[in-house]
Amino acid sequence: MSTVVLLLFTGVGLGAIYFLVASGLSLIYGLMHVLNFAHGVFLSLGAFLGFEVASRLGASTWTGFAASLLVGALAGAVFAALTERVLVQRLYERHIEQVLVTVGLGLGAVALFDGIWGTDPRFISGPAWMSRTTHILGANVPNDRFVAILVATLVLVGMVLFLQRTRYGMIIRAGVENRAMVTALGIDVRTAFTLVFTIGGIAAGLGGVLASHYFGYVSPLLGQTLLIFAFIVTVIGGLGSLTGAAVASLLVALLQQFANYYLWGTGDLAVVVLLAVVLLTRPSGLMGRRA
Amino acid sequence: MTSTQPRGDVAVDGAPAGDPVLRVRGLSAHVAGQQVVEHVDLDVAPVGVTALLGRNGVGKTSTIKAVLGLIGRSGTVELDGADLVHLPTHQIVQRGVGYVPEDREVFSGLTVTDNLRLAERRGSRHRYDLVYDLFPELQERGAQAAGTLSGGQQQMVSLARALLNDNQVLLVDEPTKGLAPRLVQEVSRVLARAAQVAPILLVEQNLQVVRDLAQHAVVLTDGRSVHHGPAADFLADDALTQRLLGVHAEGGGEPTDGGSGHTGEERA
Ligand SMILES: Nc1ncnc2c1ncn2[C@@H]1O[C@H](COP(=O)(O)OP(=O)(O)OP(=O)(O)O)[C@@H](O)[C@H]1O
Ligand SMILES: [Mg+2]
Repeated sequence: MSTVVLLLFTGVGLGAIYFLVASGLSLIYGLMHVLNFAHGVFLSLGAFLGFEVASRLGASTWTGFAASLLVGALAGAVFAALTERVLVQRLYERHIEQVLVTVGLGLGAVALFDGIWGTDPRFISGPAWMSRTTHILGANVPNDRFVAILVATLVLVGMVLFLQRTRYGMIIRAGVENRAMVTALGIDVRTAFTLVFTIGGIAAGLGGVLASHYFGYVSPLLGQTLLIFAFIVTVIGGLGSLTGAAVASLLVALLQQFANYYLWGTGDLAVVVLLAVVLLTRPSGLMGRRA
Repeated sequence: MTSTQPRGDVAVDGAPAGDPVLRVRGLSAHVAGQQVVEHVDLDVAPVGVTALLGRNGVGKTSTIKAVLGLIGRSGTVELDGADLVHLPTHQIVQRGVGYVPEDREVFSGLTVTDNLRLAERRGSRHRYDLVYDLFPELQERGAQAAGTLSGGQQQMVSLARALLNDNQVLLVDEPTKGLAPRLVQEVSRVLARAAQVAPILLVEQNLQVVRDLAQHAVVLTDGRSVHHGPAADFLADDALTQRLLGVHAEGGGEPTDGGSGHTGEERA
């Protein structure tokens, strides 16, 4: 019982981190039809800059941790917005070139991070409470899981409110459905493009800081490693669907945790099998629009 | 070829002649590397309805999309004398072009109200009074997802989105497609009222609707404009309609009231 509880919280915590990466990917693909292979960079950059700020302000203080989240989100936002404006938007509608540019940016950024922070992982510690555990139903659950779950939930709620309640949110939802018609109503959809990149960057930057606490380290490859699973999550959930991304994040992370524990460490394999099953039975994903 | 050239001073029945609100010359357009509009010249008269006619697949929809910049195009497209051909779609629309696309293209995941709110253009009045007067049903169904509306109701949303703003010209593509006869008349009545507010370029297969609404006609074959002239004269010329549209425009140009129920023209 206690093992199940532990796996459950660990899985949901990991799912929270997947969601923070996958939500942006999904929105970006849904609106722009761009597979953003540079998305992991937003995450790694958020993690590294968050780490730098926290270690200067005191890694074990809550102020340091809060500042690292803030800086991580900001770094992700700024870098994502620049990526969209400087690289992606210049290649408007040229999808293959857009993919190549994001792949190139991903590779280049990893090399840059290697140069600045070295290839070895930097070990992370936060406020003492976060590395302690809480006793729930017989299980000792590491507290950083709760923080990840809380932040991801807030991001999800924030995104839903933004999409449902604001004019730009409405433009993004409409654009995911039929972008040409949005422009034919006199709306400059490029503003929405920059916006979804920025939102995706905020979520990924937060995800970077939380992932570094979840795994206990940050390395130049952290983002791109998580990106692979985030892409799988996005495809399973249905490209363009935020709810799909949330559901699939949990599904993938829980499956991974339980298969790792009960099926001899086959978590990654189980995820790939799930991906295959979903693609064969529902090619547009669990909540994808286009069948 | 018996093509009449468009002139700058098209005379509208009874109304004074004036410069065309939309002037298209030598328009060509391509989709996926294939040329879908070869050479189109057309004028939309400053008042009333100009019909854009032609058999299926001749490039009527593509012509409208090319005017809007939704597909790659070249040539001259002037709105009220200003060249539009180098502008992106949203800027063309902001200059006062309303668009009702061929297949309604409502945002199915958005509510009726949100579909309309999205259509509100900056710098224009938002004529909810007119729209809800024409389509009271849209007010009642404001909270319903547009994707769950019937085809006729979706067409109302699509028309309402265009009529909400002040426009210099409306581009309306087959608004009666797939509608029951009673709704065809309803749409026809709405367009007649809309034409009093802004001139319309209307693609329409139902020749009764064309006869009721249009003063001018432009006919395409194979991506080229081959005939321009008064709609009534064109429809009265049986040999010409037979050759260009493949139908007999029975009944000539005599005026008909909407209640005649004569709406079931064969599609070309
Ligand atoms: N996306 C596309 N890819 C390839 N060909 C296209 C595409 N869109 C249109 N075409 C072709 O361009 C030509 C003109 O199409 P268009 O839709 O403009 O005709 P239309 O006059 O509006 O026909 P209809 O009366 O059936 O609506 C057709 O031959 C069509 O097959
Ligand atoms: Mg058409």
